[in-house]
Amino acid sequence: MHWRRFIPLITVALLAVLLFAGLALDPKIVPSALIDKPVPPFDLPPLPGKEPGLIAANLARGGISLVNVWASWCGPCRIEHPQLMEIAKIGKLHMIGLNYKDDPANALAFLKQLGDPYETVGADRKGRIAIEWGVYGVPETFLIDGRGHIVMKHVGPLRPEDIPEKILPAIKAATP
Amino acid sequence: MRRRLPGWVLVLMLMTASHAQAMAVDAVTLQDPALEARARILMQGLRCLVCQNQSIEISDAELAGDLRRIVRERIAAGDTDDQVRAHLVARYGDWVLMRPPVKPSTLVLWAGPPVLLILGGVALWMTQKKRKDEPEPPPLTEAEKAQLRALSGSD
Repeated sequence: MHWRRFIPLITVALLAVLLFAGLALDPKIVPSALIDKPVPPFDLPPLPGKEPGLIAANLARGGISLVNVWASWCGPCRIEHPQLMEIAKIGKLHMIGLNYKDDPANALAFLKQLGDPYETVGADRKGRIAIEWGVYGVPETFLIDGRGHIVMKHVGPLRPEDIPEKILPAIKAATP
Repeated sequence: MRRRLPGWVLVLMLMTASHAQAMAVDAVTLQDPALEARARILMQGLRCLVCQNQSIEISDAELAGDLRRIVRERIAAGDTDDQVRAHLVARYGDWVLMRPPVKPSTLVLWAGPPVLLILGGVALWMTQKKRKDEPEPPPLTEAEKAQLRALSGSD
């Protein structure tokens, strides 16, 4: 039985392939439980001047929406902001902000300084509604189809390459 | 001679000991000690999404505090343990459970270790059996013994 002496080698090789594949996974990314589910049925009051806020029913009125969870105190949100401005320029989406545990004055100053991509912004002062959305950090970005169902979630800042690689294909897939 | 434990072992023991005692302190807890104890046990089984390998019971992360508040609210509202867990799983997925449920996607996780143990045991048993089945080698002849002595340089 000559082949038997190769069993340890084969075992180690299989294990190496498995572990190597595991290295490519990012344990920081928790898969969303809300994909293909309707958006949580909760409304948020607006950030002053950014009325009407986050109104769940408005997300199901047809048209694709992007809901971006952000805060002025969040460093990665600054890095991500140019990408949101870029996506807003496409003009196909309702851009909605979910301002997380933020001071309204700071939030407005942030938008004044870096530009305002949002049609409307809901203020989640206590972070309670973000939990309904399964948010566990800022920034996070959701894409909502015309029926008000969540079709995509991105955790962490959007990088420039995420627009062609992730956002645009998701918009296309969600377009009826 | 008995050797003393190295210092670093003691340090490690102390670190793990205090870790087991750690628990987050909240300003608001449930009035009923029995309900609070139930909440605490539930929290031990819920993962802190930010710190990942800590439960929300011991985590100081802000989100863990928010989730603890929700667990207490649900219990105060009369939810069963399963209902509280389901409430969070609906938002964060099975991920939020420290102990993943047994289902097709977690089969490898749960069945893997026992299967590997059994396979290893069978492999060990087979090699041992093979060794026993092998005939004893014939004793050395006088010529071989002489050769061995010459090689080992004894005599």
